[in-house]
Amino acid sequence: MLRMSARTDCSRNEAVIIRTSAILLALSAVAVFIMLLGHNPLSVYLSMIEGAFGSGYRITETIRKAIPLIVASLGISLAFRLKFWNIGAEGQIMMGAFGATFFALNFQNLPSVILLPLMGLASIICGGIWGAIPAYFRAKFRTNETIFTLMMNYIALKWLTYLQYGPWKDPGALGFPKIPGFTENAVLPAFFGLHIGWIIAVLLIVIMHIFVNHTKRGYEINVVGESENTGRYAGMNVKFIIIYTIFLSGGLCGLAGMIEASGVNKTLSVEITRGVGYTAIITSWLSSLRAPVIAIVCILFAAMIQGGTFIQMAFQIPQSAAQILQGMILFFVLGSEFFIKYKISIINDNKAEANQ
Amino acid sequence: MKKLTLFSVLVLSALIAFSGCGKKDKTTIDGKEVVMGFIYVGPIGDGGWTYAHEQGRKAVEKETGIRTIFKETVPEGAEVKDVIRSMIDQGATIIAATSFGYMDYVAEIAKEFPAIKFLHCSGYKMGENLSTYFGRIEQPRYLSGIVAGMKTKTNKIGYVAAFEIPEVVRGINAFTLGVRSVNPKAEVHVRWTHTWYDPAKEKEAAKALLDEKCDVIAQHQDTAGPQQAAEERGMFSVGYNSDMAKMAPKAYMTAPVWNWGPYYVGEVKKVLAGTWKASDYWGGMKDDIVQLAPITANAPDGAEAKVNDIKKKILDGTFDVFAGPIKDQKGTVKVPAGSALADKDQLSCDWFVEGVVGKTKGK
Repeated sequence: MLRMSARTDCSRNEAVIIRTSAILLALSAVAVFIMLLGHNPLSVYLSMIEGAFGSGYRITETIRKAIPLIVASLGISLAFRLKFWNIGAEGQIMMGAFGATFFALNFQNLPSVILLPLMGLASIICGGIWGAIPAYFRAKFRTNETIFTLMMNYIALKWLTYLQYGPWKDPGALGFPKIPGFTENAVLPAFFGLHIGWIIAVLLIVIMHIFVNHTKRGYEINVVGESENTGRYAGMNVKFIIIYTIFLSGGLCGLAGMIEASGVNKTLSVEITRGVGYTAIITSWLSSLRAPVIAIVCILFAAMIQGGTFIQMAFQIPQSAAQILQGMILFFVLGSEFFIKYKISIINDNKAEANQ
Repeated sequence: MKKLTLFSVLVLSALIAFSGCGKKDKTTIDGKEVVMGFIYVGPIGDGGWTYAHEQGRKAVEKETGIRTIFKETVPEGAEVKDVIRSMIDQGATIIAATSFGYMDYVAEIAKEFPAIKFLHCSGYKMGENLSTYFGRIEQPRYLSGIVAGMKTKTNKIGYVAAFEIPEVVRGINAFTLGVRSVNPKAEVHVRWTHTWYDPAKEKEAAKALLDEKCDVIAQHQDTAGPQQAAEERGMFSVGYNSDMAKMAPKAYMTAPVWNWGPYYVGEVKKVLAGTWKASDYWGGMKDDIVQLAPITANAPDGAEAKVNDIKKKILDGTFDVFAGPIKDQKGTVKVPAGSALADKDQLSCDWFVEGVVGKTKGK
C-alpha cells in the first residue's frame, strides 16, 4: 500500500535533487518521443539551447519573450501571496492593452514622453480594475475568485473581439478585421536593441522584492495571506488589503499588456496575450513567488518557447509535437513539486491492518 | 535517491550514444545556399488551404533541390514578425507568407531586410523586395457554381465564408453568378465565421445553413469541416483549396483548387538565375495555378458537359466571369452589358451580386 504524508523536512538539497531528476526524467521521456518522430534527441535538445541562446539576436528574442512573462508573473505572485488565486491575468493583460490602445489611437498627436506614460497608466488602471472587481466580491461576499477571475478572461476576450471586428476595425484594411497600427510616438523606444520593456521589468523585480520583504504594506499582505483572522486580530483592514493588492496584481498584468501592445505588436489584437496570462501562473508558482527567482524561471520558460520555435523550423517538427514536448517538460517539473511537498512511503499491508 | 541518479546517468549516456545518427544533408546550389521559408496559417494537414501550399513547397524541394523550411499555425498577428526573423536567422533567403492577414507585418519586415525576397499571398501591398501573388480562383469558382446551381432542389445554397474582405466577397459573387447562369431562381446564403482555420466552427456554420433548408454547401474556408456537415446530413457540397473527395465521399461534387507548385518553382528558378524582381502575379486557369477538381458522381447529370463548355471559353479567353450585365443585391446595374468588372474593382469588391443573401459588412 502506498501512503502519502506531508513533508516538513524537505531540505534545500533534497528539493534540488528532486527538481533536477524531474528535469532529467522529462528530457528522457521526451527523448523517446523525439526518437519516434525520427530525430536524434540530443541534437534536438542542443539545437533548442542553441536556438534560445546561440547568438545575440536569439538571446534578445528570448528576453523579449520573457518580458511580459516576468511582469505578469510579478503581478500574479502578489495575488498568490494573499492566497487569492488570480487566474485572470490573461484578461487583465487584455484590458491593460485595451487601455493603452485607447490612448494610442485617440491621442496620436501627443509627444511620446506624454503619450507613453499615459498609456502605461491607463493599462495599469484598466488591468487593475479588471482584477479589483472579483477582489471586491471575494472580500465582500466571499465568492470563489478562481472561477470569477477565469470568467473575467472570457469577457475581456470578447470585448477585444468586439472592438477588432467593430468600432476599432481599421477602415484601411478593406474589411479585414484588424485594429490600426500605432503611430511611432505610441511605440516603446528601443534601448540596447530591445524595447525598454526590459528596463521596466528589471525595475519592477527590484521594487517587488523590496515591497514584499521590507515594507509594512508588503508585510500585511504576507500576514493576511497566511491567515485573514490573524490580520483582522492585528487590526488590519483585511477587505481593503485584498482589494488594493489585487488591484496592483491586475495592474501589473495590465502593464504587461501595454508593453506587448506598444513594444512588440504595435497594435492591439485578440492574440495580444499569446497565452502569457496562463503561463505566468505556472512561472510564478514555480518561483515560489519570489521576485528574483521569477526573473530566472521566466527566462528559462521563454528559452523553451524560443527554442521550441527554433527546432520546429530546424527539424521540421510539427507545431503540435513541439507543444507536446513543452507540455511534457512542464508535466514533470510541476509533478516534482508534489514530491517536494509530500512523501510517499510503501507500507506493509499486514502491518497496516494490525495497526487498525 | 542514488538509484534515481544512476538511472538518470544511464539515460543520459544512452542519449549521447544515440547522437550522431540521423543527420540530414543540406542541399546547396552553386555554393550559395538558397533557402525558402513558408509561413502557414493552419497545420499542413488541414486538407485545404495550407495543405495546398505545402504541396507547392514539396514541389520546390523536388524540382529545384533547394532547402525549404516551414512553420505551421502562425496567427495573423505580430507573431508572424518573430517567425520571419527566426527564419532569416536560420538562413532563409526567400520567404513566402501564405495568408492575407500577414500583409502589413511582412511589408514592415521587408523594409528591414532588403536582401531577403518576400512573397505575400492574396494581399495588395508590394515593395522593392516584396511580391504579391494570387490566382483567379473566381474562374473555377464560377464553374463550381454551375454544378451547385444544377444540383440544388430547394434553390438555397449555403456558403460558409471566412472574412468580409474583397477576396472572399469576389469569390461569393463569382460562385453566385455561376449558380444563376443555370438556375436563376437559386439563392446563395452566406454565413461568416471570422476564421480561416477552425474545423469545428466551419462545420457549425454549415449545419446552421443546412437547418435553413440549404441542400448544397460551398465554402471559403481552409478545412473540410463544411463538407463533413453536408455528408452527415445527406446533402451535397462544393469544396475549396484541395480535392476534398476523401473527406466527404457521398456529398462532395467538385472544388475550385489551387496549384501553387508552378508559381513557387518559377520564382525560385528566377532567384537562382539572378533575374528575380518583385512582381504582382495574378494567374488564372490558363496558367494552371487554379483548377477545377475532377467532378464526382455526386454531381448532377449534364453538369460536366456544361462546365467543360464554359471552361473551354475561359481557357481561350472568350469568357469573363465578371462580364456584364451584373446587378447588385438591390437590383442596381453595377456592370453594364458589354463591359466587365475591371481588375482594380475586383480587388476592392465590397458588394454582393443579385442572388446572394447576406451582408458584406458587419455580422
